[in-house]
Amino acid sequence: MNRGPLPLWATIASPIALGIVLVALWQLWASAADVPDYFLPSPSHIWTQFHENFSLVLKATLHTGWNALRGLLIGTLVGVVGALLGNALRPIRQMAAPIVLAASVIPIAALGPVLNEMFNANFNTSRVIIAAIAVTVPVYINTLRGLAQVKPVHRELMRAYSTKAVTTARTVTLPTAVPYLFTGIRIGSPMAVISALVAEFFGGPLTGLANQVTANASSGRYAAAWAGVLGSIVLGLVFYVFGYALERWFNRHQAA
Amino acid sequence: MTATQEAPTTTAVSVTGVGRVFPTRKSSVTALQAVDLTIAPGEFVSLIGPSGCGKSTLLRLIADLDSPTSGTISVFGKTARQARLDHDYGIAFQQAGLLPWRSIADNIALPLEVHKVDRTARKHRVEELLEMVGLTDFAKSYPDQLSGGMQQRVAIARALAESPRLLLMDEPFGALDEITRERMQSELIRITKETGAAVVFVTHSIPEAVFLSDRVVVMSPRPGRIVDIVAAGPEAGGVRDESYRDAAVFSAGISAVRHLLHGGAGQPVGVEDR
Repeated sequence: MNRGPLPLWATIASPIALGIVLVALWQLWASAADVPDYFLPSPSHIWTQFHENFSLVLKATLHTGWNALRGLLIGTLVGVVGALLGNALRPIRQMAAPIVLAASVIPIAALGPVLNEMFNANFNTSRVIIAAIAVTVPVYINTLRGLAQVKPVHRELMRAYSTKAVTTARTVTLPTAVPYLFTGIRIGSPMAVISALVAEFFGGPLTGLANQVTANASSGRYAAAWAGVLGSIVLGLVFYVFGYALERWFNRHQAA
Repeated sequence: MTATQEAPTTTAVSVTGVGRVFPTRKSSVTALQAVDLTIAPGEFVSLIGPSGCGKSTLLRLIADLDSPTSGTISVFGKTARQARLDHDYGIAFQQAGLLPWRSIADNIALPLEVHKVDRTARKHRVEELLEMVGLTDFAKSYPDQLSGGMQQRVAIARALAESPRLLLMDEPFGALDEITRERMQSELIRITKETGAAVVFVTHSIPEAVFLSDRVVVMSPRPGRIVDIVAAGPEAGGVRDESYRDAAVFSAGISAVRHLLHGGAGQPVGVEDR
């Protein structure tokens, strides 16, 4: 089936072409069938709203993005520290396993209201925590796996050099784990955005993207609500591309 | 060139009555039994034998990557452990084992770096080594950009970084194609002549062992032991180059080792004949 990789231009152009075709069909259908706005606004209408309300959408995007970014940073930190501890101490790793599993299946919908009660609902604390939890799990799992990937030949080499444990960690163990850490960050980045966004539905300041979408939809401004959806897609993509670029960069010599 | 028991100071490696038994769940496996071997400074000794004959185990014992269950090993008159702590040997494995996130120059510098050699001395030494293995143009490249043979040259340069008087090599050319392999053998001859280091070289290739070595130690499995030791090398005054590969003495060496390998196990064994 596989006839080899597509040329670069085709790799880039084909999804763009598909996207254009789909948006065009949507636009045609919306204007030809006279689809009501509350059901599905036309792309041109959404775009106009996005354009006209750009500063509002941008502000809400930055608000949600800032929550997601803080969650990403905290989650990464917790995940890495946890993985280092888990790698050093087997009991910790074993004790943590069920907790990690539990954290990985927690629905955001369940955590949101609880954390809003725990922390002052006027702040973004619970949203950042929810995003952080979503990031911690893949970062922890991947980093822990990476720390265990030291090749036997590298371990033997360091033993032959009779280096101290701290030198071995610095020169071999940690660099081996770095690409895996960034795989965790790549997986966690869009999850941070989704979590920060969904967490907005459970109270807190009314300045995020989800708040904007909810407010616009409930007041009948459907195209403006969709403009907020567009903003959240862009935000998610930005985080994904950021995570992906980091992962690629730190994996650039891993072919050997 | 038959080194016998000599004073410790004039001996690179001395293995006396060494055995290594690996306990298994039910019984135990004798990887090595009653091994005696003395290697002189500057001498090139190959360990050859079929899988399971303990040749790699013996090398790992000399490197103190493993400990014998009986007997003693001394390296330059010290215990194997002290020799390892003193960085008395350089080592290369079948896998080049380069660190993929380090440039070629930084890979060669690795042992110097972890042993706190200062930056200028390090840089100078790395340049020398890069030139020795013919990879000066690749100093800033990364391992994934190099072929298998080039990576193995980097590994050899790294093993030589601290100018060790003993070089331990565990099938370093095992994963290379035949043509690259013969070129690497010639390079290794040149390099060891330049450095004057003693070499313990594990291989399963008879021609490789006969081409490189002053002495070929033929081993057999179950339990791993030395069958015999064959003196090799060109005739007096001859050099170890391509002409040696065509010489009668080379063929004679190969025959001798082959007969020992086949006879040693009582029946034909799976020795790779290359």
